[in-house]
Amino acid sequence: MQTQTGLSVSSNAAARPDFSQKLQRLWRDMKKNKAMYGLMAPYMILFTLFTVLPVATSIFLSFTYYNIIEPPRFIGWENYKLLLLDDDVFLIAVKNTLMFAFITGPLSYFGALLLAWFINELKPKVRAVATLLFYAPSISANVFFIWTYIFQADSYGFVNSSLMRLGIIKEPVAWLQKPEYNLYIIMLVALWMSLGTGFLAFIAGFQNIDKTLYEAGAIDGIKNRWQELYLITLPSMAPQLVFAAVLQIAASFAVSDVAAQLAGFPSPLYSAHTIVLHMVDYGNIRYEMGYASAIAVVLFSITVAFGQFARRVIKAD
Amino acid sequence: MPVKIYRSIWGNIFIFIFLGLLACFMALPLVFTISMAFKPIDELFLYPPRFFVMKPTLKNFRDLFSIMGNSLVPFTRFLFNSIIIGVIGTVGHVIIASMAAYPLAKKKFPGSTIIFQIIVLSLMFNAYVTGIPRFVILSKLGWLNDYKALILPGVASSLGLYLMRQFMTQVPDAYIESARIEGAGEFRTLWYAVMPLVKPAWLTLSLLSFIGFWGDTGSPALYITNEALKTLPLALSYIQAGGIARTGATAATGLLMMIPPILFFILSQSSMIDTMKTAGLKE
Repeated sequence: MQTQTGLSVSSNAAARPDFSQKLQRLWRDMKKNKAMYGLMAPYMILFTLFTVLPVATSIFLSFTYYNIIEPPRFIGWENYKLLLLDDDVFLIAVKNTLMFAFITGPLSYFGALLLAWFINELKPKVRAVATLLFYAPSISANVFFIWTYIFQADSYGFVNSSLMRLGIIKEPVAWLQKPEYNLYIIMLVALWMSLGTGFLAFIAGFQNIDKTLYEAGAIDGIKNRWQELYLITLPSMAPQLVFAAVLQIAASFAVSDVAAQLAGFPSPLYSAHTIVLHMVDYGNIRYEMGYASAIAVVLFSITVAFGQFARRVIKAD
Repeated sequence: MPVKIYRSIWGNIFIFIFLGLLACFMALPLVFTISMAFKPIDELFLYPPRFFVMKPTLKNFRDLFSIMGNSLVPFTRFLFNSIIIGVIGTVGHVIIASMAAYPLAKKKFPGSTIIFQIIVLSLMFNAYVTGIPRFVILSKLGWLNDYKALILPGVASSLGLYLMRQFMTQVPDAYIESARIEGAGEFRTLWYAVMPLVKPAWLTLSLLSFIGFWGDTGSPALYITNEALKTLPLALSYIQAGGIARTGATAATGLLMMIPPILFFILSQSSMIDTMKTAGLKE
C-alpha cells in the first residue's frame, strides 16, 4: 500500500514539471519558427476575419431563429429537427444533389484527369490551344446561359428544331421545364462546365513532375504509357490528385446557379432543386437565416465526410 | 528525347480522335455564343434556327453600349473597377497565399497541422450563408463601399493556399536546404528558390484567381451600393435581366466578358511553355 501511494505521489509530482516542461518546449519551438508565423501572418489575419469568423457565426446562427431584422433567438436543435425530419423539399434537394455528387462529380474528376493526361502528350503550343478549348467553358462563369437557347422550349430552340427536322419528335419539348428531363440536362451542362480548377491543377501537376523519373522509368523497362501513368505519373501527382478531389467534391455538393438558371427557381415540382438552392430559398427569399445556416452546416458535414474519405483514399497530405 | 520511345502510333491516333470529338462538344456552345453575338435581329428569331450567323452585324454591341450609356456611370468606369480589382486581388492573393503555403508545405511547427486542416475544411463550407456575417464584419471595419471589400476577402481564399501548398510539398527538401546553407533567410528561400520551381502552380493560380475576381457577382452585389464602384459583371447582369428582347445583347455581353480571361489565359500559358523549355524539376 505504502509503496503504491508513494509511487502515485511521485508520479503526480513528476507530472507537473512535465507539463510546464512541455509548455516550455512548445514555446521554444514556436520561437524557433517565428519566421514561419511571420510568413503566415498576413494570410491568417485575413482568413480569420473573412472565413473563420463568418463560418463560426453561421454555425452559431444555425441554433437560432434569425430573420436579420430581430436579434437571433436561441432555439437549440429546432432547425435541425425541422430540416431532417419534416422538410420534404429538403429530401428532394438531397436526392438531386447526390445525383450530382455520385454521377457528375466522378465523371468530371476522372474525365479531367484523363483529358489533362492526353493533352500533356501534345506538343507545348498545341497543348496550350487544347487546354484553352477545354477550359473555355469554365473561363466565362456566366456563359452557360447559352444552353437555355439550345434547349429552348419552343420550336426555335436548337435541339427541338433539329429533332423535329429529323422526325424524332413531332411537337417541341419543354426540356428544361419537364421534371423527367431537366435534371439530366443540368447534369450534362454541369459536366460541360466543370472541367475547371481540377483540370488546370492536373495540367500544371504534369509539368511539375521531375522529368528524370520518366527517363529512369524507360531504362527500368516501362513498356507503354498506361504503365508510365500508373507507376510514375500518378504516384508523383498525389498532391494534385487530392487537391482536385476535394474541390470536385465541394463543387458537386454546391451545384446551384446552373440549376436555377436553366430550370428556373424554384423549378417545377422542385425537380431541379439542390441543397444550396434550398439554402438560398430560405436565406434570400424567406429571410430565415437560422434555418439557412442549419442547411449549410448539414451540407458542410456531408461534404466533409466525403472529402475526408477522398483524402484518406489518396493518402497524400 | 528518350522519354518518347514507348509511344505507340495507334495510341496517338486514338488520343487525337478522342480529343477532337470532345473539343467539338466543349467548344460548340462557345461558338454558338460568338455566332449569336453577331446575329441581326431577324436571324436571332429565324425559323428554323441556324447555328452560324449569315449576315454578321455589330448591332448587338451597339445596343449594349447604348443600354449602358443610359446608366449614371460611364461604362469605362465599370471596366476600370473590374480590372483594378482583378489585378490587385490576383497579385495579392498569389503573394500572400504563397507566403503562407510554404511553411505549411515544408515545415513542422506547433499548430501547422491544425491550421492546414482548418483551411482544407473551410473549402467545403458553402460560402453562401457566410455572406451575411461577412457583411457585418465589413461594415464594422467601415469597408463597405470600398475596393477593400471586393479585394481582401478574395485575397485570403483557401483555394490558392491549398493549391500552392500541394505543389510546394513536391519541392525536394535538399533544394531548400542548399538555399539555406547559402545563407538565404526563409523569405529569400521562398522567393528565389521555391517559387521558380513551382511556376506552373502560381501561373495556374493567378489565372484561377483572376477569373474568380473578374466573374464575381456576389460580393459587389452585397457590399457595394455606390454605383461608381460597381464592377462589369454586375452592370452586365442588368442587361441579361432584360429578357428575350435582349437576346443579342446578352450574347454580346457573354462574348465581351470572356475576352479578358482568355487574354490572361494566353499570357499565363505562354509563360508556362517557356518554363517547360528552360528547366524541369530536378534534384
